[in-house]
Amino acid sequence: MSAKTDVKNYTGFRTLTFVCLFILYAPLVVVTIYSFNASPSITVWEGFSLRWYGDVFTGPESGKFKAAAINSFSIALIAATLATIIATSAATAIVRGGIFKTRTLSLGLISLPLMVPEIVLAVATLIFFNAVGFTRGYMTILVAHIAFCIPFAYLPIQARMQGIEDTYEQAAMDLYATKAQAFRRVLLPLMMPGIISGFLLAFIVSLDDFIITNFVKGAGVETLPTAIFGSVKQGLKPNIMAISTMLLALSIVMVTLSYVVSKTDNTK
Amino acid sequence: MAGGAATGGSAAADTYKSARHWLLLPSWLVLVLVVLAPVCMMLIYSFLTKEFRGGVIWEPTLAAYDQFFFDRGLFGDDPPKIEWTYITIFWRSIWQAGLATILSLIIGFPTAYFIATRPERTRALWVFLVTIPYWVNLLIRTVSMKFLLRDQGPMNDFLISTGLIDDPLRIVNTNLAVQLGLFYSYLPFMVLPIYASVERYNFAMSEAAADLYATKWTTLRRIVLPAVKPGVIAGCILVFVPSLGAFLAPDLLGGAKNFMIGSLIEEQFKGNAGNWPFGAAAAMVLLTMVLILLMIFARQQRRAEASP
Amino acid sequence: MKPIKRMTQTAMALALMASGAAAEGDLVIYHWFEYIPQDLLDKFTAETGINVTMDTYDSNESMLAALKAGGMGTYDVAVPGDYMVKIMAGEGLLDTIADGELANKGNIAPEWADPSFDPGRKHSIPYQWGSTSFSVDSDVYSGDINTTDILFNPPAELAGKINMLDAQGEVLATAALHLGIPQCSTDREQLKALNDLLQASKDNWVSFNSDTAKEVLVSGDAAAGMIWDGFSAKAREEKASITYAFPTQGYVVWMDNVVLLNDAPNRDSAIKFMDFLLEPENIAAVSNFARYADGLTGTAEFLDPALATLPEANPHDGAGPGVFVEACDEATQAVYDQIWTNLKK
Repeated sequence: MSAKTDVKNYTGFRTLTFVCLFILYAPLVVVTIYSFNASPSITVWEGFSLRWYGDVFTGPESGKFKAAAINSFSIALIAATLATIIATSAATAIVRGGIFKTRTLSLGLISLPLMVPEIVLAVATLIFFNAVGFTRGYMTILVAHIAFCIPFAYLPIQARMQGIEDTYEQAAMDLYATKAQAFRRVLLPLMMPGIISGFLLAFIVSLDDFIITNFVKGAGVETLPTAIFGSVKQGLKPNIMAISTMLLALSIVMVTLSYVVSKTDNTK
Repeated sequence: MAGGAATGGSAAADTYKSARHWLLLPSWLVLVLVVLAPVCMMLIYSFLTKEFRGGVIWEPTLAAYDQFFFDRGLFGDDPPKIEWTYITIFWRSIWQAGLATILSLIIGFPTAYFIATRPERTRALWVFLVTIPYWVNLLIRTVSMKFLLRDQGPMNDFLISTGLIDDPLRIVNTNLAVQLGLFYSYLPFMVLPIYASVERYNFAMSEAAADLYATKWTTLRRIVLPAVKPGVIAGCILVFVPSLGAFLAPDLLGGAKNFMIGSLIEEQFKGNAGNWPFGAAAAMVLLTMVLILLMIFARQQRRAEASP
Repeated sequence: MKPIKRMTQTAMALALMASGAAAEGDLVIYHWFEYIPQDLLDKFTAETGINVTMDTYDSNESMLAALKAGGMGTYDVAVPGDYMVKIMAGEGLLDTIADGELANKGNIAPEWADPSFDPGRKHSIPYQWGSTSFSVDSDVYSGDINTTDILFNPPAELAGKINMLDAQGEVLATAALHLGIPQCSTDREQLKALNDLLQASKDNWVSFNSDTAKEVLVSGDAAAGMIWDGFSAKAREEKASITYAFPTQGYVVWMDNVVLLNDAPNRDSAIKFMDFLLEPENIAAVSNFARYADGLTGTAEFLDPALATLPEANPHDGAGPGVFVEACDEATQAVYDQIWTNLKK
């Protein structure tokens, strides 16, 4: 072993890393295992079964979960899409717009949803919708989600754009491309990995949100987290574990996807 | 993350200078209308009169802040004393969030350091392993934690079957459960920024220290730690701030027995109390605390960047 | 920009799907959790063609808070307890049901036709009634449980293993019964005694949970807990040693009622739903599910015979009086709110 690796390694750090991973995964693994339990009681193991996965789609609560899933995914899709468009346009102004007075202010505004604790944002949004007399429902959830998704979409997009030299666009414009063409044909394709990570990040953040949704949702409009919360408050049931496992699998797929996308990065 | 967006990078490129205000317009529109205006509205509400059982009357008053800071006895006519009730609740939240942060640091720092010192090819895989659980719904993670820790849960079953303990450990519905829940919820937030700092750290400095006969632990304390301090501070903030306002962990793991800041605020809008101005005032106090913390952090960051 | 365009199109399509559910024959119910069988809602839909959407709550107070925080105009009916009907009427949240609008109004049992909380049943119809007390796991403690000492001065076996309902009204009313003081007291000594009692008892309580009141007893996470009678009957079916108490000091009784909310988006559907629940066969299905008593005449033939002899519904001879929770005026309520906050600080 060379001296270089020696100064890097500390006894016990490897062990603590495995402790860390164990802590992170143990609860998820336990829930995944028990979601395949045949018993309706969550405490007794009665053998392997897929009945609770069937129950999610056909059981007495399936209607509720189906509606919640449609709401969750449609809200996440719309909110993430709009937030990504807004964030891309803001990043273009901030990274490629020179120095101007409202630049720092704009950055502060965009990071605001990250700085304000979620419960404060939830209360503020509730008060606001109440004061202006919005009827709470699907639209209020959507509007709130678009707002807090913006910084999550913005961060990877900005990081990506900073990594792209503006010489590419300059070259295009030297060849008589208009600014709009330079943006569409040169900058945007180069930006795609950042835009996709930003979109995925915003999508998951929206899909995951409980606190704000719980405050701004209206009659009968549930998202998956609020529907799950309503169920688990009365105790963890096997069908909830099945839903959790499916969401876990979905999250893993999405993260893997964004990982692969960032690996196929063509400018590095 | 809190500091990340605030830099914005070099401002040399100005290709889209002429369109920049149009490009910024959508983000301003959404964020001013849906984030800034509501926070201002909340500030106004905190100075209004409460309506019995929820709602507000548009008459200005300091009653909400008075209730927060002064104790006038059970019947409201004793001479005012300092009110300890809410200070206790805030202090408990700070304490719980603080312990969760320290716990995250103890486990998170070695993990981040270990990952950052792996060969470059496997590093991304390690980061990937740490981030996956963070993408799982917080609610599901908290409930899983409760399931694992409960008196008749898998952890106690396992410990009893191995003969390590005879009676189940009672963890659910204690403060320990809340701390563990918070720690577990935000652990990846600690690992990632520290990892980013250690990755940029120049290990030649450690070698130089070793050449000068510094022990490894001295090197860690005196050379590595100061160099990666911004990452450590960022990690602590990213764990501490969301822990401070959390209400899922106290509600599901702590048995809703003791208020934390989050549950106190929630109670004013969705629970028994129905005192909106007071809820708004408590939220303002929390927001002010967090913003002060972030300002101190931003100053620290700037100082760290100024002195390489 | 093709990918983004495609994303937008898909998103729009999904949004249309989500909002397409709002057809004409709708009914939006705001209801307690686990309190109405899904079969009965399906039957209502089959009979009337009305789509039912239901949100749930876990305490009268949180229901009121949600309605006042922008929930009005989105729900058609809610199911508040007795004192909450009075409060909601006072707040102007309830619509009046005109004479003759409900075809089955005559089915209401005489003793529930003109209750003090809604004279003349102008806004509400009876849903279920029962009691709130507490249950003890007799495997853990086998002594006398018919005393509020179980909650406020527990034996060593139960201390630190008691779950309380997270419901201000019922907890404070039970504490008042323990002390033998009125519920909306203005007497300072009594209020101080109440505050001290709760402070002293807190260490004996492990959690405040309404939704899991049954689950904590069945799972053994708590050895005793405040609970509603029917919920306790369900708990006993899962664990035979769970015994419901009727304390000699008295216990809380309640009646939940279906009320017609002001600004109901589907008022006609709401009236149809109330008429539906006034049919003995339908309300009996609720009782058979929730294990509480109904407030109609002519239900006997539809009820599960086991309900008549349910130990949770038949107080023993030594049981104290059953009392309704009272609604206090604003000034008095402020003191009780303060006591509750002190308890949970």
